[in-house]
Amino acid sequence: MVLKREKEYSVRSEDKRVRVPRGLWVKCEFCGEIIYKKEIEKNLEVCPKCNYHFRINSQKRLAMVFDEGSFVEFDAGIEPIDILDFKDTKKYKDRLKTAHKTLPQKDAFIYGEGRINGQRVMAGVFEFEFMGGSMGSVVGEKITRLIERAINKKCGVIIFSSSGGARMQEGIFSLMQMAKTCAALAMFRKAGLPYISVLLDPTMGGVTASFAMLGDIIIAEPKALIGFAGPRVIEQTIKQKLPEGFQRSEYLLEHGVIDMIVERKNMRDVLGKLLAMLTPANNALEVRG
Amino acid sequence: MALQQFLEFEKPIVELEKKIEELKQIAAEERVDNSVEIERLSRNMIRLKAEIFSNITPWQITQIARHPLRPYTLDYAPRLFKDFIELHGDRNFRDDPAIVGGFAMLDGETVMVIGHQKGRTTKEKVFRNFGMPNPEGYRKAIRLMSMAERLNKPIITFIDTPGAFPGIGAEERGQAEAIAKNLMVMSRLKVPIIIVVIGEGGSGGALAIGVGDKVLMLEYATYSVISPEGCAAILWKDGSKGEQAAKALKITAADLHRFGIIDEIVKEPLGGAHQDVEAMAKALQEALVRSLQDLKKISTDDLVHNRYSKYRKIGKFYEAVV
Repeated sequence: MVLKREKEYSVRSEDKRVRVPRGLWVKCEFCGEIIYKKEIEKNLEVCPKCNYHFRINSQKRLAMVFDEGSFVEFDAGIEPIDILDFKDTKKYKDRLKTAHKTLPQKDAFIYGEGRINGQRVMAGVFEFEFMGGSMGSVVGEKITRLIERAINKKCGVIIFSSSGGARMQEGIFSLMQMAKTCAALAMFRKAGLPYISVLLDPTMGGVTASFAMLGDIIIAEPKALIGFAGPRVIEQTIKQKLPEGFQRSEYLLEHGVIDMIVERKNMRDVLGKLLAMLTPANNALEVRG
Repeated sequence: MALQQFLEFEKPIVELEKKIEELKQIAAEERVDNSVEIERLSRNMIRLKAEIFSNITPWQITQIARHPLRPYTLDYAPRLFKDFIELHGDRNFRDDPAIVGGFAMLDGETVMVIGHQKGRTTKEKVFRNFGMPNPEGYRKAIRLMSMAERLNKPIITFIDTPGAFPGIGAEERGQAEAIAKNLMVMSRLKVPIIIVVIGEGGSGGALAIGVGDKVLMLEYATYSVISPEGCAAILWKDGSKGEQAAKALKITAADLHRFGIIDEIVKEPLGGAHQDVEAMAKALQEALVRSLQDLKKISTDDLVHNRYSKYRKIGKFYEAVV
């Protein structure tokens, strides 16, 4: 599912091999269309043919949603440690090193305070490129702090999730982050403030089965893969083909699992409106002041 | 034990047992007195058992946790409690036989008992869906727990599941939401909650009835973010590397106690809980009664506050002092 960028590869199209030059063109993983990269960038990284919303990094996401220059990051200095001394085919320490070399983030989640159409909000974004956006101790801690800060500052919460789920390399500690973040949300629910959960492609496993599904309002981008168990695992377990569109945003909307699907180009407006409608009045005054 | 199912690493024990049986038979049939020899071999066997089980690997523990004869929730219920009255259904969709629950008496006090339930025979296994709950199982569990809170009855849960069921219907009916909601609601229930991991603690499917004030774990139970085979399939790209994954994931009671994730290990009879269910139940009952007495001394406010702190603290990371 991952969009392979910056890599030369070839695709078979009507029995003719098409050479795709590095960097200039990308292939939509959803519909297979080969698209000029610049065109996608202009289109907020959305496929002009099938409307699949490509994965974008956390920085681009912040820029698209928040009022310019309004986002202030908190707790950027929290770093993961290899508590289990975990090694599969590669050491966890080395996986972290690789990620730290290529990405500016220390782990798969950043959060801070910002404004959306003038509305103050505590918000966080997953960085999917950091080990598949997996949730270990750092991600769980930051989400919990985000929620606690929002309670203290009396502002709403928005979390943009895109994650493969709990981070296996931190074992039971990752699993327990589900309980920790949900306990924090239980406190938040008493504060009379809104929590909007935005689900991006993909949101799976322990992230879906904790804070991501507890939004007062749950929004998804079009065609995002959202679920608990992965489609391959389900297929192998039940030995049946999965229905068309299974675990995609549209399917979940139909089954009553999410509130709405919002296209990327409308996301800022919808979030701004919801915050304006749902945040307590005294809070809005503070914003103007 | 000769007729029981045994695990690969138990083979030397089984062979020795067979030999003892043979000697006993000879003694009976031919009226020879070989009691000295039998006694010697019996002593050897106990020593061998102790030796094998003191060097047991995480993978072997995983096998014991999944042993086909391992006691399940409904095996413990009549041994630990008086008058277990099972209640059914989530009041929305259906009853999920993979999670059972109901009121029972422990040491003269009414408690709410909830647990995963696996099946023993093929028919039972299918009926219980191999202990893998659907969303309605979690919703039944939280319905019963909320009722217990209203009626001010402590809650005891038994964890023993490979994980939440990966099925089409489970996803359509909001498996993830059901689990998440349980985590959130359990974190604030105003009654004592004791968790016991009795077999397999399989990921979110286990945790969904696993948020509490005191977490006990049987000596040869496991508790993990993902099954060893699942982890191996993803990270080793080879599902048969479960043994390595079991070691890497640190899923044993000893590991989790060292990490402070669980509060107490309940010792199992030599060879595992299935070797002596009565003794296992007795040890567990003692631990439950004691834990409940301790928790009842704590005020409701402190109880909920402490529970929050317990989970709030879990996580290891490095933070630079700015």
